[in-house]
Amino acid sequence: MKIPYFPGCSLKTIGEGFEKSAIASAAVLDIELNELPRWVCCGTVSSLTTDDLMHHLAPVRNLIRVQDLEETQLVTLCSVCYSTLKRSNTLVKNDPEKLKTMNQFMYRESDYQCNVKVLHFLELLREIGFDKIKEKIKKPLRGLTLSPYYGCLLVRPKEFGIDDPETPTILQALTKALGADVIDNPYQLKCCGSYHTVDKPNLVADLGYKILTYARNSGADALVLSCPLCAFNLDNRQREIKRQYPDFVEIPILYFTQLMALAFDLDEERLGFDIHYVDPVPLLKEKQLLIDSLPLIKEK
Amino acid sequence: MEEEAEKEKMVKVYIMGREFEVPATLNIVKAFEYAGYRFVRGIGCRGGYCGACATVYRFKDDYRLNFALACQKAVENNMYLTILPFMPAEKAIYDLNNLKPRGSVLLELYPEIARCVACNTCTKACPQELEVMDYVQAAIRGDIEEVSNLSFDCIQCGLCAMRCPAEIVPYNVGQLARRLYGKYIAPQAMHTHKRVEEIHACVFDEELDNYSLLAKEDVEKLKKIYVEREIKVG
Repeated sequence: MKIPYFPGCSLKTIGEGFEKSAIASAAVLDIELNELPRWVCCGTVSSLTTDDLMHHLAPVRNLIRVQDLEETQLVTLCSVCYSTLKRSNTLVKNDPEKLKTMNQFMYRESDYQCNVKVLHFLELLREIGFDKIKEKIKKPLRGLTLSPYYGCLLVRPKEFGIDDPETPTILQALTKALGADVIDNPYQLKCCGSYHTVDKPNLVADLGYKILTYARNSGADALVLSCPLCAFNLDNRQREIKRQYPDFVEIPILYFTQLMALAFDLDEERLGFDIHYVDPVPLLKEKQLLIDSLPLIKEK
Repeated sequence: MEEEAEKEKMVKVYIMGREFEVPATLNIVKAFEYAGYRFVRGIGCRGGYCGACATVYRFKDDYRLNFALACQKAVENNMYLTILPFMPAEKAIYDLNNLKPRGSVLLELYPEIARCVACNTCTKACPQELEVMDYVQAAIRGDIEEVSNLSFDCIQCGLCAMRCPAEIVPYNVGQLARRLYGKYIAPQAMHTHKRVEEIHACVFDEELDNYSLLAKEDVEKLKKIYVEREIKVG
């Protein structure tokens, strides 16, 4: 199956490992994720102002690019891009007047016909079926205990979420299918602090401390998530957490696609561990999920 | 008859609101001068190369603004014309030697690029027909090479910056990317480096002295050497 895929800016920078591992593990499942040509930044925050159409241009422009390929689906990996694209898509589907205004403004593009569906990669995996994924596993993640973390935009608001907004199970189901153990974390839906990371890193550190310490105290070896911004806040901000809370013990953060790539026994360079702040490699070696050749992260 | 034919070639234009009849064969710069104006700013090479004469025009009864280099665009009937002497655009000050070719440099020096809403107004304004929005987008994700390639034909006219609703200065971002690409990323021409070293090491000095001497003493011999020299192709 070939499907257009929208990476978003973070996956080209801080979330490289997410993209690499996703493309590689999708290939194992016979899914070819084709990067959308000439995609533009989704805008990151979906505008809630009713007359602000300007900030919906970018998402709709991306959907027009999909339409121009004569495709009807667009897969995303980043929870923020997913939410932003889907919200604009719904807005123009439900409001032909606004769509008309936007189409006229973007007169160099073809008119958007509202026939593109925005999907998160996790939804695609659920469609394929976790049992199917199980068949491809070469190295089950036995002995690894994980704490799934959803954050906000993957499941909320509920009209745009991929799962139950209060008790989602999709990450648990995937993680279990890959052979790992799962713990319940009541903070799995708690916001990571999002863009406060720019001007209020201490606030982000407070939030991260609760989420991560609960996971650690419940016996989790690592957190698993699907959003590069959550990953940045929960991984890189552990430096600030440690400064604010001396009792804090570091814990690695993994993308669900990295877990898939591990379980599928893909090449080490497809895992993208080299840009993590908390190096997951020692843990994975201890659990005998990685062999010794992968170098440790030296600089922090 | 001749006079009439001459008359047919005239077009009506409005220079800063005032009506003039000018020959249809003129470009916008020359139309201004034909009408009696003299340029002190907003003019440069007159060859479409320097970007100094970027201009905005509109046709009577059309709401849409058009953009061009005044020295390249021929006048047409019912054009509303003006000149743009200067663009007071934001320009980051940096020492290229102290920069690292990381993608984040573009965002650090021009943080406003993150405000791009992909409205594409910059692209519509580009007289060079560049995909300006695409290279601003590439800048956001730190792809220096892509910015460099997409903005390669930019002549720094500034129209994109004048039109951007997010106050981004695409042309200066593109210039920074091209500088970083040229200095740090593009493959080096190693044969040039090698030759420069040879020149510095005086490898060719003796040969050159001999030729200089021949030029004084035996020009015919020098010509013969020149004509019969071995030419390496490729």
